[in-house]
Amino acid sequence: MKHNIIEKIWQQHLIKSNSGFPDILGIDFALIHEVTSAQAFQQLADKHIPIRHPERLLATVDHSIPTRDDREQVHDPIAANQMATLRNNCQEHGIKLYDMGSGHQGIVHVIGPELGVTQPGMTLVCGDSHTATHGAFGALAFGIGTSTLAHVMATGALLMHPPKVMRVHFEGELAANCSAKDMVLHLIAQLGVGGATGHVIEYTGDAVKSLSMEQRMTLCNMSIECGAMAGVVAPDETTFAYIFGKPHAPKGQQWDLAVEHWRSLTSDSDCHYDAITAIQLDSVKPMVTWGTNPAQASHIDDQIPKTAHSHDALAYTRLTGSDQLAGTSIDWAFVGSCTNGRIEDLRVVADVLKNNTIAQHVTMYIVPGSEQVRKQAINEGLDAIFKQAGASFRQPGCSMCLAMNDDVVPAGARCISTTNRNFIGRQGTGSITHLASPLTVAHSAIHGHISAAMTNTINQQEHCNE
Amino acid sequence: MNKITHIKSHITPMMIDDIDTDIIIPAQYLTQTSQSGFGEFAFARLKAEPDFVLNQALFQNSRVLLAGDNFGCGSSREHAVWTIKELGYQAVIAPSFADIFSNNAKKNGLLLVTMDATQCQHWATTATKKDHMCHINIASQVVTYQSTSHHFDIDPFFKWCLTHGQDDLDYLHSQLPEIKTWEQRQQKLYLDIFGGQP
Ligand code: SF4
Repeated sequence: MKHNIIEKIWQQHLIKSNSGFPDILGIDFALIHEVTSAQAFQQLADKHIPIRHPERLLATVDHSIPTRDDREQVHDPIAANQMATLRNNCQEHGIKLYDMGSGHQGIVHVIGPELGVTQPGMTLVCGDSHTATHGAFGALAFGIGTSTLAHVMATGALLMHPPKVMRVHFEGELAANCSAKDMVLHLIAQLGVGGATGHVIEYTGDAVKSLSMEQRMTLCNMSIECGAMAGVVAPDETTFAYIFGKPHAPKGQQWDLAVEHWRSLTSDSDCHYDAITAIQLDSVKPMVTWGTNPAQASHIDDQIPKTAHSHDALAYTRLTGSDQLAGTSIDWAFVGSCTNGRIEDLRVVADVLKNNTIAQHVTMYIVPGSEQVRKQAINEGLDAIFKQAGASFRQPGCSMCLAMNDDVVPAGARCISTTNRNFIGRQGTGSITHLASPLTVAHSAIHGHISAAMTNTINQQEHCNE
Repeated sequence: MNKITHIKSHITPMMIDDIDTDIIIPAQYLTQTSQSGFGEFAFARLKAEPDFVLNQALFQNSRVLLAGDNFGCGSSREHAVWTIKELGYQAVIAPSFADIFSNNAKKNGLLLVTMDATQCQHWATTATKKDHMCHINIASQVVTYQSTSHHFDIDPFFKWCLTHGQDDLDYLHSQLPEIKTWEQRQQKLYLDIFGGQP
């Protein structure tokens, strides 16, 4: 029997399959954060059910924490209560918590991989839809709701029907001014926001194999934006090299055993997929969203498509169908989130900002994905570059990705952002969001309007395509 | 979970596609640590518009929400389901639903009925009169409105939980012996990431 990678991981974790019932799937690891976990702890307490495997849980604070330097002072009493609740729950149940100042605090989807917790072939869940990020390692990782989290905490397993599998095959080569962010925005624009509902996506093709782990994470991260429950890239030497030596990676003989197992996690040739999509990369240019969902995106210098469907979206983003995205004036630029808040992303931005200053009317926030990323950026001198360019380099967290803390784009202001959702009001009531790659965001910040790097001048930031 | 076998109510027509979880309950209201207290912030942005369906007296006390395609897309927040339930809804009818939202709905006894877009649209246009009652029979998986009936699919296990008022966590918990057997097998591979030490 030929199997794809998802079927292989599913089989390995299938505890029971009983007709008329959902499958019981074993879960290796769960990540938790302050916004979606409190009610799960409460549900278990109400039922007097203990947590079965506290050692298979890892907690951090990210969603509602401030990113000011004095962030320990949480002014919002309700957010402070959420954090206090998480701290109490972790202490009471013996769950590892990477709190602010621990050296490893950060966005859950950034710290899992950097700690070596995320490993190929594992099942990993979190009360957060962007758990798909971890699929970059060949893990089956997906977002769950709070009640399902309670199931996992109580039993180490959950109830679920096997997903369908879609293969997304990237063909051709990506232009130098494009990145995984442009690949995935292009895909979402093609599939639509519900185009992969019910599926896990496996990303294949040479263009995917040649991506770094950080880029693969960006790709898998946004799988949910076309409806997929997860995205997966088969593990390979790049994956193993990234994991090797990470704090919680297997060591010594364990490492050899692990790698041997991980190597078996590839889709068999001629295996079955429920759907297949091919994407030609040669024609992909830097992508920017123009509407109010991530599928409403186009090439930076194309005209915005004018359809009946886009009418309300364009009314909100105050653009018209004949406009070009390039040249649209911006007020804010944001770099961060679990999509693009890792060290490579910050390096790309620093490369553009070096010896440049951001436009006077633009406010730019650069928020590292974790304390580790921040530390690394400082070690490399990136913070000095950000500062000299006029950007605010902040403490790690989700920040302006969902604007649950004080980091809010003001009503009516236009923000170009490396995040993953441009829903109405996502970055603050009345705010307008344009999703783009770190490279495009950095160029736009300098110019004060949406603009991308030209292909042939990728490292000469003084020449820009406007 | 409360036992539900029949739902009888007039319909709230909200024919907007891609109603995402940020529309249902914006992130800035997620700060509660309980499962309630979200209803008053439900659809906050849309509610600011006087014409919005939830502002119309006609649709108060409705138990059935009729919505557009891809309902519940976006984040995994179960708060979206809690919010809909807090508004009093027991069922949502739409052409399609996002995955995590469907899973969360099942955990909370919220029935999701998939029905084709044309039919949804058709029902929505007649739903403006309160005395038009919609009947949902969960046992026979049929929803009837005016003189049309629609047979819907339902996950058999969820149907059983719903019509018996059973909690799926109790079922899962009863399977612990088999879960333990699997864990012994799995131990070598992944289960000692923290070396058994938190
Ligand atoms: S960075 Fe944004 S998308 Fe990622 S976990 Fe935080 S809020 Fe969610």
